[in-house]
Amino acid sequence: MSLAPLTQVRNKAVNPPANKLVSKLVNKQGYQSFQIGQFKFERDEYFAHILYPGNRHIVPIEAFLRALMRDIAWGFFYGTVNFDRVFGTINHYGTVEMFVGLNNTAYRSVHKEYVETFSSKDLKRVFEAVIEDWTNAEFDPFGAPAETGNAYGLKQGDNLKAVQRQRLSAKRMVGLPGDLKMRTEEDGFPVNRAFADVPQDKPELHPAPGFEGQVYAVNLFAHLSRSDVTWNPSVVSVVRDSLLCATTEEFVLPVIHGNDRVEWLVQFSDEIIWDVEDKITGMPACKVIMKPGDVAAMPADIRHCGYSPKRSMLLMWENNDGTLPHRHASGELAPYPVEF
Amino acid sequence: MSTPTYFGSLNDFKKGGVTVINDDPKHYVFSNVFEVASKSKPYEKVAVGKNLNYVIEAVRAEGNSPWYACEHDEAALVMDGEVEVHYVKPDRPQTPAGKEGTVKLAGEPAGQKMGWVKVRRGHMALLPKGAAYQFRSAAPGVMLVQTILGDCTVEKWGEICQK
Repeated sequence: MSLAPLTQVRNKAVNPPANKLVSKLVNKQGYQSFQIGQFKFERDEYFAHILYPGNRHIVPIEAFLRALMRDIAWGFFYGTVNFDRVFGTINHYGTVEMFVGLNNTAYRSVHKEYVETFSSKDLKRVFEAVIEDWTNAEFDPFGAPAETGNAYGLKQGDNLKAVQRQRLSAKRMVGLPGDLKMRTEEDGFPVNRAFADVPQDKPELHPAPGFEGQVYAVNLFAHLSRSDVTWNPSVVSVVRDSLLCATTEEFVLPVIHGNDRVEWLVQFSDEIIWDVEDKITGMPACKVIMKPGDVAAMPADIRHCGYSPKRSMLLMWENNDGTLPHRHASGELAPYPVEF
Repeated sequence: MSTPTYFGSLNDFKKGGVTVINDDPKHYVFSNVFEVASKSKPYEKVAVGKNLNYVIEAVRAEGNSPWYACEHDEAALVMDGEVEVHYVKPDRPQTPAGKEGTVKLAGEPAGQKMGWVKVRRGHMALLPKGAAYQFRSAAPGVMLVQTILGDCTVEKWGEICQK
């Protein structure tokens, strides 16, 4: 199905600093409201309300906080982060488009989409303020449902430790001296309940003197078994722009990720089922069922959402080349990585 | 008690797949590293993922590999079995300047022995730039190698992928 051209004028102006747009008004449920550009964000006991000129969009608060947490943690990620089938962000690496209905056939067909562009820094600052205020003490947006309290109700404390986690990125390889540290018990990373049977043995290292930092290996699966977050990839090995991003998954990916380049998935353990749709229209394309050892590409013209019935280990393999979004969008590169 | 964690192996893997609604399964370049390795020659470096010039390769580890070198870092993740990696710092560069991907050497190069590691399932070994290395595996195993497309990379997508 083809869509009408985007008629909404995209505001390319950089908006005023976000700290001038954060409202200090507290509603009767105890939550602050926030504004950036013409978007306003309000929450009550059960819902996030996204108000924009002429209408509003409502998202259940737990789903909203889980999606918002990933958008913040990933720095708006590669391409589109759809919070649901209506609201989301598109990363332009320096600026971000925030939209309602842009990737929704019904909205687009009657020109009801709405888009504004912000500097990434400003939008991130507002999003961080929202997640800090709206996340109650017992809720961890990174946690699997079985591991966290609920997100609902009146304002009750905060969980800054959970929502201010830093994204973990190795410069060369996790565990190397001076690089990203391996997760350990001593640093507060116990083995996750779902990975109690994952071996914690260490590789045997026999470096000759002077080669300790080069003759090196780590137990990546043990590192993953101690992850305290879900659906939050961290870079574990780097070859130029080739980034191995390992992650543990449980329940549902809180966003529908729209690719602006090809990414690859390698299932390390257990199973994930992916729903794949056309990136713009949302028309279903396929289901990809991934079991251990399976490898699949996610093309540059799709969006996908994953379901992990048991906590599983997944490798996301990304190409960090900053020219790729334009090369795919311009048609220079096919959306598929291999022709055969 | 939680559900046991299931990792695949050369002798025990169950493959998923692409169930099409309105697309071509070839777009997803779907394969399985254990299945690929089960049909590969020892140390055949079969690309299972390709992102322009970057690749990830499925490698069947069995016996001693040739000696290799590389101009850039690589990483080897063991998916099944137990593998030793032996390293040498060559007296002279073994690869042309700017050469990408794994380079197969004629034999063990002259140079300083750097040491070795023994890695098992889930362990990831650094294959540092400029070093020569050899894999040794007493029994068949499987590795996933992060590298750049090179002379040793084997592309046979039509044989390994769902169509």
